[in-house]
Amino acid sequence: MSIFRRLANTFSRSELHQEIDAEIQSHVEMRIADNIAAGMSPEEARRDALLRFGSRVVIRERMTAADAATAFDAFGRDLRYAARQLRRSPAFTATALVTLILGIGANVVVFSVLNAALLRPLDVPQPAGLCHVVHKQQGYDNQSYPDYLDFKSKNSTFSDMAAYRIESAGLSTKDAAYKCWYYRVSGNFFDMLGVQPAQGRFFHASDEHGPNSAPYIVLSDDFWRAHFDADARIVGTTVDVNKHPFTVIGVAPPAFHGTEVFLWPAFWMPIVNSPSGDTADYLASRFSHNLLILGRLKPGVTAQQATDNLNAIAQELARQNRADDGLDARLTKPGLMGDQLGAPARSFLAGIMLLALLVLLAACANLASLFAACTADRSRELAIRLAIGSSRWNVLRQLLSEAVLLSVLGGALGTIFSTFLLNALTRWQPFPEFPIHVAVSPDPKVYFVALLLSIGSGMLWGLVPMRQVWATDSAQVMKSSGAGTIVFRRFTLRELLLGVQITLCTLLVTASFVALRGMQRSLHAPFGFQPQGVLLAETDLHMGGHSDASTTQMQKRMLEEVTRVPGVSSVGIIDETPLGTGGSGSFVFRVGTTDFRMSTSAFGAKYFSISPGYLTAAGTRLLTGRDFTWHDDARARNVAIVNQTFAQRMFGTTSPIGLRFLVGQGTPYEVVGVVENGKYESLTEAPWAAMFFPLEQSPQSDTSLIVRSPLPPSEIVPELRQVLAQIDPSLPFVFHTWPDALGFVQFPARIATATLGVMGLLAAMLALTGVFGMAMYSVSKRMREFGIRVAVGAQPVQLMRSALSRPLILLLSGSVAGLLLGVIASQLLAQIVYQATPRDPLVLGGVVITMALLGFVATWIPAQRAFGVHPARLLREE
Amino acid sequence: MARNDLQGTLDLLVLKTLSQKGELHGYGIVLHIQRASDTLLFVEEGSLYPALHRMEMSGWIRSEWKATETNRKAKFYRLTPAGQRELQNAEKSFEQLVKGIRAMLRYA
Repeated sequence: MSIFRRLANTFSRSELHQEIDAEIQSHVEMRIADNIAAGMSPEEARRDALLRFGSRVVIRERMTAADAATAFDAFGRDLRYAARQLRRSPAFTATALVTLILGIGANVVVFSVLNAALLRPLDVPQPAGLCHVVHKQQGYDNQSYPDYLDFKSKNSTFSDMAAYRIESAGLSTKDAAYKCWYYRVSGNFFDMLGVQPAQGRFFHASDEHGPNSAPYIVLSDDFWRAHFDADARIVGTTVDVNKHPFTVIGVAPPAFHGTEVFLWPAFWMPIVNSPSGDTADYLASRFSHNLLILGRLKPGVTAQQATDNLNAIAQELARQNRADDGLDARLTKPGLMGDQLGAPARSFLAGIMLLALLVLLAACANLASLFAACTADRSRELAIRLAIGSSRWNVLRQLLSEAVLLSVLGGALGTIFSTFLLNALTRWQPFPEFPIHVAVSPDPKVYFVALLLSIGSGMLWGLVPMRQVWATDSAQVMKSSGAGTIVFRRFTLRELLLGVQITLCTLLVTASFVALRGMQRSLHAPFGFQPQGVLLAETDLHMGGHSDASTTQMQKRMLEEVTRVPGVSSVGIIDETPLGTGGSGSFVFRVGTTDFRMSTSAFGAKYFSISPGYLTAAGTRLLTGRDFTWHDDARARNVAIVNQTFAQRMFGTTSPIGLRFLVGQGTPYEVVGVVENGKYESLTEAPWAAMFFPLEQSPQSDTSLIVRSPLPPSEIVPELRQVLAQIDPSLPFVFHTWPDALGFVQFPARIATATLGVMGLLAAMLALTGVFGMAMYSVSKRMREFGIRVAVGAQPVQLMRSALSRPLILLLSGSVAGLLLGVIASQLLAQIVYQATPRDPLVLGGVVITMALLGFVATWIPAQRAFGVHPARLLREE
Repeated sequence: MARNDLQGTLDLLVLKTLSQKGELHGYGIVLHIQRASDTLLFVEEGSLYPALHRMEMSGWIRSEWKATETNRKAKFYRLTPAGQRELQNAEKSFEQLVKGIRAMLRYA
């Protein structure tokens, strides 16, 4: 009940005040009347009554202090006062706002991405309990179809399991053809996720009746709108996927983008079907690890129970099937292709989030020292407030309100700017040929975190002057004009803060230097080929409906025609370009092996199929032996060209030419050449063993024409397009320069570098403002002292030394500490950024020069002021 | 024992006064405490009102504007049932306090 009364008081505050006044008035009047009755004069009586009663204002304050009303009211008053205070010192307010916008904005952006990639559940009706089933070893996430079926039927811990693989294909209607990415999914995929079709129907487990039994596709909403004008009549019609007919049976709802956070498919196809029509092998082979398993845990089952359950099944499978040797299981969060994207994304985002928080911490340290200085300048005001009866808590609350008000304002602005940036990111498609969507729009969780960060950082730097307020002796402060002794004592706190700030900033600057340098090296790393001056023309002959038997003939014709194009200096074909998006691996065995399984293999090697002339066109150096010729065909001996790593691991130091090794189920290959090592999957990989087979002995439908020419791409592409169209007009080709194509593998490094660069820049700015603020403040506080010292004959250099030595010492020691921390922390960076090492004279030198420059710039103006001391004018002013 | 502080004592005095006199304004409470304690206890007039306000907020007393005998407008306070209970508690804990202090003094 009393709560209601308190709240009621909230709305009738002025009434409450009037009532209190009236009551006090009646009390005083009664006392006066009694006093008069006791014989005092009216004057005396009045004076006595008022004296006995004490300060009405204080009593009213104490009476209303009990009300919720006044708590709100005091808060409002604090805020209004804080706003006035901030308006009165626009320089501080502006500096603080900019610092906070940058600090909190950076955190909001990073947290949004982290939220979208790692925290937000999949955008499906019931995301709870969904997880990927992957292998224990990191990076081995793909499973075979028979293993999937066994896991699904034998487990007791999952309510359902679905499988999918991500592929690309050419989809054509009678009017147009598109190269698109899609999922091949098990029949229960949509049912397990609980998604309902927007148009038509989805396929179900009951539609699967063995290989090629369900020639259906379901379009994504995006694709349907972009290419079919959102026409519902498309449902029921037939389109061609790689020249094979498929019926469009439905369209997915707009919010459903598959089960990968960043990779949105154009359509879905049952896994029992395939665009090329040959699925039987794949569906039966335990050797083909190409799909991801997505499972839904039964309610109440823990991840550990499910993992144990699956591992028991895996052991049983390993006993029964040679191909499942060493099979095991682990659960991981869905959405990032198992751990292929997830593991690096997790470590990268966690690292960046940490750096962003460090930026905010440095910003808070900056603001704290600024604020402490501001408070020191207001020590008279604070002392007066304490002297006239304000409680220390009230003064502190007032200061805190200023800090929090500013932080929330800065946080709000920072969040608004980040939202613009994030929305731009969401619309951004970094690679036109990949359906990558960086859907990172902020959601309520992000706004909540932004608010929390704002209030938290406001508290952090707003509480720094607490000691100041507590230690204020009002009599002392008002006696001494200004605040000599107190400032001096507090100085050490501010210095400490500045030291921390500079350490953090140097750490960040070091990190970004390391990243920039790593990026620069990765751009000039030995790829094992020369991408400059090469144009790629990529296609998949299956998309033109060509069978495997005829692909090599087609590729031969292409090479012949393209060689004749004027300006082409060399040309070759490889199935998948190294550092591209594909790439296959296989186990290789030493001669004499009879049992072919993982544990008996020599090692795993990347393999490619290449045409004669590829090595020349790609600029891959042949170290010994010979290139392939068109005579290395199906009738000839199986031959291979291997890289240095392969040769060394298989044959040691003996010359490998003419020696043999075994692949797959024991097919022998003879080494005819050795090429230089290269990068095959990512820039950060350890050296892979790689082998190259002649196209005629291992035909591939994937075709990448490597066209080397001194002419600019714009001159040669039209010619190429025409020549290739004459061979088969229905084949969709993607043209791009090789350096452009490498953008994909460099993407993570580029993003990392850009992010770290921005963080480093922010940090540098914070260090600059921090040192500048401190130097400026110390000079301005001591102008009078300087004036006297100049008057008695001090040299400007001496003044400079006393004014700037402390900021500079701080800068130096903070920088050294930060640099050391940076060197330690950079070990983490090496996982993302290629060749990130802080033990690089350029990095160390760069950091030292940057910090020295910052110090110079930050102390320049204060030094000028100290130089310009004019004793007479200064002393007159005082 | 936590309530055995000076504030608790003022509350006790006010509650007791109201239970004896039924209905009284602030000034009357001050006079009554002074008179009933043989001028041993003086209530600081300013401190009374915050206490009254707080007790009213806690629901121990109720207030009403009325005319005094001299026809002046004043705010009259009276006990609520909750205030009755609070008074009993306060009396009990005050007696404990007194007992405790007396024991201490005797021990010394």
